[in-house]
Parts: sequence; structure tokens; C-alpha cells
Amino acid sequence: MWEIIQSNKRKSAILIVVLALVLMLMGYAIGFSLEPGGGGSLGVLIAMGIWLVMMLVNMAGGEKILLASAGAREVKHDDAPQLYNIVEEMKIAAGLPAMPKVYIIDSATPNAFAVGLKPERAAVAVTTGLLGRLNRDELQGVIAHELGHIGNRDTLFMTLAGVTMGAVILIADIYLRGMIYGGGRGRRSSNKSEGQAAAIMAIVALVMAILAPLMAQLLYFACSRRREYLADASSAQFTRYPQGLASALEKIASSQGAELKVSRAVAPMFIVNPLAAQGSSTSLFSTHPSTTERIRVLRGMTGGSSLAAYEEAFKAQHNSHGVVGARNLAASVEQGIQKPEAAPPLLSAKPWREAKDIVHRMNETLIVPCACGIRFKIPADFNQSAFDCPKCGTHHDIADARNNPEPVQGG
Amino acid sequence: MAAMLILLGIVAIAVLWFFGAYNGLVRLRNQVQNAWAQIDVQLKRRHDLIPNLIETVKGYVKHERETLESITQARTAAMQANGLAALGKAEGELSGALGRLFAVSENYPELKANQNFLALQEELTSTENKVGFARQAYNDQVMAYNTRIESIPTNIVANMFAFTKKEFFEIQAPAEREVPKVQF
Repeated sequence: MWEIIQSNKRKSAILIVVLALVLMLMGYAIGFSLEPGGGGSLGVLIAMGIWLVMMLVNMAGGEKILLASAGAREVKHDDAPQLYNIVEEMKIAAGLPAMPKVYIIDSATPNAFAVGLKPERAAVAVTTGLLGRLNRDELQGVIAHELGHIGNRDTLFMTLAGVTMGAVILIADIYLRGMIYGGGRGRRSSNKSEGQAAAIMAIVALVMAILAPLMAQLLYFACSRRREYLADASSAQFTRYPQGLASALEKIASSQGAELKVSRAVAPMFIVNPLAAQGSSTSLFSTHPSTTERIRVLRGMTGGSSLAAYEEAFKAQHNSHGVVGARNLAASVEQGIQKPEAAPPLLSAKPWREAKDIVHRMNETLIVPCACGIRFKIPADFNQSAFDCPKCGTHHDIADARNNPEPVQGG
Repeated sequence: MAAMLILLGIVAIAVLWFFGAYNGLVRLRNQVQNAWAQIDVQLKRRHDLIPNLIETVKGYVKHERETLESITQARTAAMQANGLAALGKAEGELSGALGRLFAVSENYPELKANQNFLALQEELTSTENKVGFARQAYNDQVMAYNTRIESIPTNIVANMFAFTKKEFFEIQAPAEREVPKVQF
């Protein structure tokens, strides 16, 4: 674990420095082309200022903003016992210093993500669509993948790199729009040689404004795909059961629905790319490797569940160098695969209804089960004191039901 | 005079090393104790859940008195076990007995529909998983501590202050038993 964090730190520091250099160069070129005198350094200052502000906003409350904008609601053990238990199990397996907060998003699109610049203040969120489709082993694989992101510090470094990339894109965008709508204002100059330099700089600035965002994204996405594989490897290591995550990914890939509304900077923290309607396409511009590719590597892990076993399966798939890295392999401990028979049993045949019930409970909806099998969902502002079941006629008293709520079950 | 200073220097370095070695051992021992506490919490929780489970199940499974008794016995044995080896054996028995109960519960649809039973089954499954994952961390800590105690030159300090090797914790699978008969 320690080795993974160290190598992640090094690589991410390089990525962030390179992106910051691109940002400064672009700021200089744009500034100089507009105002040859002192415009260059002013451009660098403004670019850095924008970067700093975006960084501070993200540091101060990025995770809260993200969770709130996704409509996530925090759940405790009693709201969703199975989900909470799984997070706690994986927290122990991953050796995280504190229990991450657990959130549920009411969305039919199956997905999950992790946030938190520090492992001590991390959070995981899953959608009801995910809870409704996966069994316990599969959910465990997904949660382990997310806690892998937290433990490997991807949540910190990829967010910082994402913010820097965002600043590059933003500045290039502002400049290009200005060029289109504002014309070449500021390029006129009294001095002829200065005017020439400014004209050359303007071309440099234009080329940079077009190419820098592309380059930044290519770098960033390549890095992100690698982190994704590593989180998969961590998941197999924590659960000792790579088939769980593989079958979860199969289910998720076959049922990708609408896009989730999230910013590009945090897309790498999701289990599958939230911004792609179909989770299986790969290009140089995707945050996640193709899901089929990831499943094939996980299914190919027959020799064990350690990082080394993942590396072997990855090499077998790609005929190339692996993803785990020599330092991490040196620290990898041999460990077997849990037998599927030993896996905990699937608790309920109706995970969908349970996932929905969790949301209802959070909305303080009263659930009244009737003897005939119907489950009534009574909104919090229901204004009558009792009602009769339309099917079997059983009389239900609201006050009674509120005092003796239905016991919470696995979810 | 110079010899005196050199001698003093050597003594000072030796004393500093001694402090460092002793503190390192204390830190490792505390980590082992902390890792054990994580397991202990989960084992206690499991023991606390069992009376509830028996109470819930009793009314449904009239023909499984033997299974329920074996769970109660295994729980008592686990709570009274002395030493890690005995505890590991008793906890293994308890896991086996619980597994048998969950296996036979498939034959009782009414029990499978009981919300309380499902909630308890989830808690017990999760507790067993947590023990498993915490056991891994504990054994890793014990390995680091034991290696340090036996290594030269830290073993001198360890012997002086009676740092003793810690036991690994293994949950032994119970002896093979007959597969419960399933009647259709």
C-alpha cells in the first residue's frame, strides 16, 4: 500500500507540474500577443490566479459541492445495513484510518464514486441503480475499488490534476472566444518590431490555445486509465475475489443509462465513466479503460488475488508491460482466491425494492407492510389517521405503524 | 583525554541506540495490541448477536434443536476460551455451526421471509467478514513484531525487558461433518 501511494505521489506530482507549466506558457503567450510590453508576465499571473482560485475552491469544499450537486444523501448503519457493513468491511481490509461516510444517490444509472482529499475525511457514494442490481459480492468488489482509490490517494492527486487541466481548458476557451467575438484587439502597436513579435506570439497563442487542452487531456486521461486498473487490482486484493468486481462491471456495462451530472474533474473517481452513456468504448480521451477490457483482466486472474496476480493477468491480455509497477510488485504479498462457495449468501432476491425502500426511509416515508403482501408507502405529510387495504380490507392505523416501524433489513 | 572522549561518545551512541530499540519494540507491541482490539470488538459483537438469533429462529425450526444447541455450545466455548489457539478453534466451531443453521434455513420459507432473521444474518455475515479482514492485519503486525524480537541486535533489548513473541490468530475450520440432508 505504502509503495503504491509513494509512486502515485511521484507520478502525480510530475503530471501536475507539467500541466502547470503548460498553463503558464499559455498564459504568457496569450498575454504577450495582446500586450507586448508587460502583457506576458501579466498573463502568467492571471493564469496562475485562476488556477489558485479553482484549487482553493476545490480544497475547501469540493467534495461537499460534488456530493450535493449529485443529490447524494448520507446514510447510517440503520438506513442501509448491508451497504454500510460492506463499506466497514472494506475499510478494515484496506487499512483506512477512519470509516468513510456513506452516501446514496437516487438515480437509476448504476454507478459509484469516492471523494476525499484525505483518507480521514473520505466518502463513498453509490446510486440506487447500483444497489438494485448487484448482489453482496459484487457490491463488495465495487466498494473495494472505490476505497482503493481513496487508499492509493487517487482522490487527492487526480482531483488536483483534474483542476489544473480544467484551468488550462478554461483559459484556452476564454481566449478562443475572445478571438472570435472580439477580433484582434490589442495587436496594433506603435513599434514595428514589437508588432511583429506580437503577431508571431498571437499565432503561438492560438496554436497553444487549441493544442494545450488536447495535450493536457491526453496526459490526464492516460494517467486516469492507469489509476483505474490499479484500483481494480486493489479491489481484487482487498476482497480476494476478483470475480465479484468482474461480474459487477458486466452488470453495470450492460445497463448504463443516462449520464450523471458531474464535472469532468471528478469523473476518474467513478467505478465506470459517468459521462459516457455506454461504458464500453475506449479512446485516448476517456477517463476509464474499456469495461470489457477490465473484465477480461479480472476474469483472467486465476493464480490468486494479489497485485502480482493482477499484473500477470494484465500482461496476458496486453502482451506488454504491466500497470502495477515494479515497486508495487516487490511489496505484493501472495494470497489466494476466496472460493465462491465460501462467499456470503445473496441476502434477498429483491434488491431493487430494498434500494428504493432506503430512499423512502430517508424521505421519512412510512412503509406499512400488509398481510396480503402489498407494501404501502405513506408520505410524511399524509393527513389521515388510518386507512384500509384496498385488496384485503385490513385496517391499518398510521400512529401504530409509526410506533412499530418495520425492522430494517439488508440493503 | 582523547580516548576518554571517544569512549564517552561510544557509550552515548550505545545508550541512544538502546532507547531507540526499546521504543521501537514498544511501538510494535502496541500496534499488535491495537490490531487485536479490532478483532476482539467483532468477536464480542458476534457473541452478542447470537442469543437474538436463537430467539428469532426458535419458533420456526422445530426440527433443528441439535443445530441450535451446537451454536449455543460453541458460543459458550468461544467466550470461555483461553489462549489464541483455543479461541481460534472455538470460533471456527461457531462459524461452522452458524453456517449449518443458515444452510438449513433454506428449508424454512417462513424463516427466510422474516425481516429480523434476514437482518441478523446480514450482521453475522458482515461480522465474520470483518473478523477475517482484521485477522489479516493482526497477523501482519505480529509477524513484524516477532521478526524484530528475534533479530540481532534488537533481541538483546527484547530479552532484557521480557518482550515475548505473540501468537498468530488462525480460525480453524471445524472437522468435516456430514452434509445436512436436504429433503424435497
